[in-house]
Amino acid sequence: MPELNLTSAPAHLRHGSNIGQPLTRRDGVLKAKGQATYAADNHPPGMLFAVMAVASISRGRVTSLDVTAAKRHPGVIDVMTSNHKPELAIDPEIKTNPFVFRMEVLQSNEVRYANQPIAVVIAETLEAATEGAALLAPRYETLPALVGLDAGESFVPPVVGVGNPTENHRGDVEAGLAAADKRIDAVYETPPQYHNAMEPHAIVAAWDGDSLQIDMPTQGLMLSLARVAELFGIAHDKIHIRSPFLGGGFGSKGLMAGPPVLGIMAAKLVGKPVKLVLRREQMYGPVGHRAPTRQRLRIGTDSEGRLTALDHHARTVSSTFDDFYEPAADASHTLYAAPAIRTSHDAVRVNTGTPLFMRAPGEATGSIALESAIDEMAWACGIDPLAFRLKNYAEVEPITGKPFSSKALRACYEQGAARFGWAKRPLQPRQMRDDAGLLVGWGMGTATFPALMFQAEARAVLRRDGSGAMEIGAHDMGQGAWTALAQIAADELGLDIDHVDFKAGSSDLPDAGIAGGSAHTATAGAAIHSAGAAVIAKLADFATSDERSPLFGAGNAGVIARDGRLIRRDDESRGESYAEILARAGVAEVEARGTGAPNPAAMEEYAMHAHGAVFAEVKVDPELGQVRVTRMVGAFAAGRIVNPRMVQSQLFGGMIWGLSFALHEEAITDRRTGRIMNANLGEYHIPVNADVPPLDVITVEEHDPHVNALGIKGVGEIGITGSAGAVANAVWHATGVRVRRFPIRIEELLK
Amino acid sequence: MKQFDYVRPATVSEAVAAAAQPGAVYLAAGTNLLDLMKGGVSRPDRLVDVTHLDGLDRIERLADGGIRIGALVSNADLAHDADFAKSYPAVAEALLSGASAQLRNAASVGGNLLQRTRCAYFYDTASRCNKREAGSGCDARDGENRTHAVLGWSENCIATHPSDFCVPLVALDAIVEIEGPNGRREIALDELHRLPGDTPERESALEPGDLIVAVRLPPAARGFAAHARYLKVRDRTSYAFAVVSAAAALRIENGKIMEARLALGGVAAKPWRARAAEDVLKDVAPTVDAFQEAASRALADAKPSGDNAFKIELARRIVVRALSLAAAGTPARIPALPASPFASTSGAIHA
Ligand SMILES: Cc1cc2nc3c(=O)[nH]c(=O)nc-3n(C[C@H](O)[C@H](O)[C@H](O)COP(=O)(O)OP(=O)(O)OC[C@H]3O[C@@H](n4cnc5c(N)ncnc54)[C@H](O)[C@@H]3O)c2cc1C
Ligand code: SF4
Repeated sequence: MPELNLTSAPAHLRHGSNIGQPLTRRDGVLKAKGQATYAADNHPPGMLFAVMAVASISRGRVTSLDVTAAKRHPGVIDVMTSNHKPELAIDPEIKTNPFVFRMEVLQSNEVRYANQPIAVVIAETLEAATEGAALLAPRYETLPALVGLDAGESFVPPVVGVGNPTENHRGDVEAGLAAADKRIDAVYETPPQYHNAMEPHAIVAAWDGDSLQIDMPTQGLMLSLARVAELFGIAHDKIHIRSPFLGGGFGSKGLMAGPPVLGIMAAKLVGKPVKLVLRREQMYGPVGHRAPTRQRLRIGTDSEGRLTALDHHARTVSSTFDDFYEPAADASHTLYAAPAIRTSHDAVRVNTGTPLFMRAPGEATGSIALESAIDEMAWACGIDPLAFRLKNYAEVEPITGKPFSSKALRACYEQGAARFGWAKRPLQPRQMRDDAGLLVGWGMGTATFPALMFQAEARAVLRRDGSGAMEIGAHDMGQGAWTALAQIAADELGLDIDHVDFKAGSSDLPDAGIAGGSAHTATAGAAIHSAGAAVIAKLADFATSDERSPLFGAGNAGVIARDGRLIRRDDESRGESYAEILARAGVAEVEARGTGAPNPAAMEEYAMHAHGAVFAEVKVDPELGQVRVTRMVGAFAAGRIVNPRMVQSQLFGGMIWGLSFALHEEAITDRRTGRIMNANLGEYHIPVNADVPPLDVITVEEHDPHVNALGIKGVGEIGITGSAGAVANAVWHATGVRVRRFPIRIEELLK
Repeated sequence: MKQFDYVRPATVSEAVAAAAQPGAVYLAAGTNLLDLMKGGVSRPDRLVDVTHLDGLDRIERLADGGIRIGALVSNADLAHDADFAKSYPAVAEALLSGASAQLRNAASVGGNLLQRTRCAYFYDTASRCNKREAGSGCDARDGENRTHAVLGWSENCIATHPSDFCVPLVALDAIVEIEGPNGRREIALDELHRLPGDTPERESALEPGDLIVAVRLPPAARGFAAHARYLKVRDRTSYAFAVVSAAAALRIENGKIMEARLALGGVAAKPWRARAAEDVLKDVAPTVDAFQEAASRALADAKPSGDNAFKIELARRIVVRALSLAAAGTPARIPALPASPFASTSGAIHA
């Protein structure tokens, strides 16, 4: 992608290896100057604007649309409806694989949730399309909406999350509870939340015959491409998706959703390139969200404060037409060494767009409930919350009994607590005040997230001019893939980062898998690692088999790649440059591919997770109930840190989201209509700068030989876990009031 | 967007003439109006842009000791006018507690006074709303109404007026200068906003074509400068509307309150002047007991309009706190977190 021109940035200072250096974002200058091209910045010649009309009921049927009025509006070209649209090659209701979700692409008049697309107006200008959509003035036949966690008969879904068993247990929970010296039994509620990436979902689609050019933010280039191919009945190689930058995704841009498909259909209908961008409120429906939960935790301890049983049940919701179940209770599988653990889920169906993975799906919702409950249990035992956690430290994964591939959580607790000054915390709540009379509270939570791996492929090239290239269809959602993956590529190619032409963000590159599950750096990194090794091996073959080379006879294992040269392992003074080797061999370049994939044997043997400990201080006005977080320290152990600066940013972002989870975020749903009444960034509260205290992130050293070749665990999601509970627990410690419904609101602290 | 005419008159009288026709509305900075237009809540036929009118962007000290603020002065410029902030600290504090820096830089004095409610059902054209469409009903009444009114509401509308600026202004007896088709007139700010009654669609005392040209504070308003605060409780530290707020201003002499001013925000369809509370504070010592008595007077008529009973108790506590802060004296500088309960935290911990 030459237009990115990333390497024009000033050369980076490098001390030895590229991995481990806190390089600044290589795309930073482009972004600061507004030169980074996001999907909606593309304007192919002749492009038209499409605007969706969305349902203002959450259940029923569209009975009429005033298409005539819309078409009469100056500038409107066409109106796509269920009666007037290009046909798809397959029924969008068919789930062709588990990563396909049902979508609304005008296949019928039925309305299944509020903000479902019901028509698309295509016009010469955005304004005309917008007005055209308003002029459609839809009429409906409305049915009573199913709303909330008690909307109907509950059922036990077959799986939760992505294929997790709905129920898990080890040991006898009821016996453990019965034998307990102390017990707690508490119910926590978390609200629906929406991803709200800064960049809305957007697409610019241009057909050329049966070839399709797409600009669209995606966290899964190949999954999206495959879905588009099957929906439109065209070959994979006829589709090109560009997604160099995403303005955030958080899981909502992982899989193909309905709106971008509508953009492609609109382009087909009018025979011209079309741009379709969602309005903010349109993102509260068709592009996924975090489902609400009601979680009951029953915990028992013996007289020493050791856990005897942990029972975690989560009720959640899915849509009336598809299945995704927030695996909240699974958060209790890994952290605390209860001899008996049971986790279970049930669900009801409501009129909502299908919930989806949202940053730490299951872990975030489950963590705030679990960490609150552990805090309550510690208090019931009269034990400091950190001491209680250490007493119940899991040396092996409690639910499976497997050893951990690595686990530096003890060091996280120690370093985090020391930095925070936790030792001075009074056990009793409502003991601390600042000099203005505000209540002060300290709380903590344990963070955890699985170390996952998906599949990826990369292509490595070494060229006669001494430069190299690494190609991988990786995704930069803002987390820094352009930089961190290029650092890995540089090391694997034995080159300085400025001599590596790193390409990503396009579907014509090797498949990097999905940027999700905090696994992208690990997965893409592993592919880059093996592609790099493979190309170096090929290059070494030229040299070690050539009598004229100083490396002749060294054998492949006998050479090291460093600074653009191959050198002998047994005598580092003997070596030659890549350029020399290729010149002598008479080839312009040498290339190789490599893959990254999970290692089933290691997964069978070990439990693999990143861990962390988060400590928070809040202040609460004793009479007015307003809360402010004033300090947060998070210590995280997540294997190898590829780029400390970017890792810190990810952890900051996660911790802020945790704060948001505890105190701010909630989609307010009208209980009568199932419609979301705060579908805008003015009233859907997330923390603003004044809410975010100085954040202190410690990355704790951890070497993991099992997770993958590079020892990377991933840091994208873990920051939310632990943090939300830490803030909630600090609110309790400040006030003595235990709030179990999130976000914590002023009125609950007025009592 | 609906197509509309846009006119940019050069003089006040041209503006008033241009706005006299049905379907015309004034456009100031547009931070509220344009959002309403994009959402289809407001569908004017003609925008009369007043931002280029001459002479409306001045802050003038009047010979009688009062001050006159042109309708086009931006919220930020007014709050950062050192002399204004010194003389009317609660007003400056209220302004700086509103919206965000970017919005305050744009938002005008006139627009702030006439901003519309933030009731979610008003913004949502698929909901029934008597204010948006007279007689259609009120979906907030049984809906999500945690932040709705606890004073002065009617069965027809339970919305609140969201302005922070108006709260200390109404406490200080601000006067609104209006230029209309029938010439110039002025009314007390307290008379500008109407309670909903049976006609929630009629929000203000303005007639079609009426243009606010200035807001005036009378000479007496300056007398409270030493003891004046605005306090705003909200769901996040900044960039959020008030759940409940209060402006308190006292004139204290020899340990006694000579005169008290108190108004509440976020509780009613207008900035709520609490005169009964002011009365009990006259000639008494500034004690917490007195403030509590004032608070119960201020909220005597309050009743929940839905899921918001907590706002009544919260309002009482805010009144007590705002009066206590005012009695303690206006801080030398407006706090970095204006009007926040966290305004005076220093960060020290007593463990
Ligand atoms: C996200 C967000 C958060 C906000 N938070 C707060 C907050 O915390 N506290 C707060 O107080 N406010 C808040 N506001 C509201 C903000 O203060 C108002 O939008 C702003 O003051 C309006 O001023 P304007 O000049 O943009 O008015 P416009 O949007 O131009 O006009 C608003 C209304 O006033 C009318 N009007 C404007 N000027 C005149 C005039 N001179 N004569 C007659 N009619 C006139 C217009 O016709 C229109 O009906 C917030 C707004 C937003 C968008
Ligand atoms: S409270 Fe008022 S503004 Fe809100 S829906 Fe009811 S009538 Fe409309």
